[in-house]
Amino acid sequence: MGPETLIDAIRTKLGPAVEGVADSCGDPVLILRSDSVRASMAALREAPFDYAVLLDLTCVDFAAPEGRLELVYHLFSLSRNVRLRLKASLPAADPAVETLVGLWKNAEWLEREVFDMFGVRFEGHPYLRRILTYEGFEGHPLRKTYPWRLAQPRIPLKDGE
Amino acid sequence: MSGFDFLTTRLETALGWGRKFSLFHYPFITACCGMEYMSAACAHFDIDRFGAGLTRFSPRQADLLLVVGTVTHKLAPVLRTVYDQMLEPKWVIAFGACAVSGGIYRNYAVVQGIDRIVPVDVYIPGCPPRPETVLDGLMKLQDKIQNQKQDWRWARKP
Repeated sequence: MGPETLIDAIRTKLGPAVEGVADSCGDPVLILRSDSVRASMAALREAPFDYAVLLDLTCVDFAAPEGRLELVYHLFSLSRNVRLRLKASLPAADPAVETLVGLWKNAEWLEREVFDMFGVRFEGHPYLRRILTYEGFEGHPLRKTYPWRLAQPRIPLKDGE
Repeated sequence: MSGFDFLTTRLETALGWGRKFSLFHYPFITACCGMEYMSAACAHFDIDRFGAGLTRFSPRQADLLLVVGTVTHKLAPVLRTVYDQMLEPKWVIAFGACAVSGGIYRNYAVVQGIDRIVPVDVYIPGCPPRPETVLDGLMKLQDKIQNQKQDWRWARKP
């Protein structure tokens, strides 16, 4: 399956879940509707696409006037040795998306990290708790609305901060 | 100078000499400066020549705390606990730019210098510092130990 036929096949399979196709340095990027992320991923995981590995799941905060977060998923197919990048936009006010934990087990920690850093709620996640920052940390430090360089010390420090 | 003063001054000199050449260090290593620490500690540069060769992996047996690398706010209580567990007399070296000042990290996560958590005796700059710089810092600490007021069990407290 070449790149073009692959994209066509995916679009045929997923239908309206694919909002568009972008190009990043020659690699295809699929833009998904945020409410159909899980169903699309479930389809891509099965034959003939066979994306068996969730390589990465991360998030980008576009500090646009309306506030927009973009989830970025990287998939990898072991049988065909190809990668695929997918994106889904979320509103910054109350970002929520379905969890992928049932499909890929490593999604559990990846989603916890995105929750910790960006505050995205993953619905159906079995244990959505902070993973990198500590208990008592307030806010989500990689959001553009997080105050610049605001530290939250756990013990009293000398001269401020 | 009375005879007693002469004796205690001699005793302080002897104590300082003994302490500066028998530094048991506890390496609190969190980042890439650890490579330079290993280099300084092993045979090529060999801090054993300066009497600091005995690495103790328990703070209760150490009297020199080497803070090597970045300390985050998440880690700050741990460093404080390790320092509190060490027995007097004790000294602290901030090893590398991150431990000295936070280094290149100016963000929500990193403590801007470990002197906000524990008192520091010698700051070794560099990102990372060369082993020669580390040895220089160690010798400066030895000078400090030799010349400071020694604390010992029956010393007269002010």
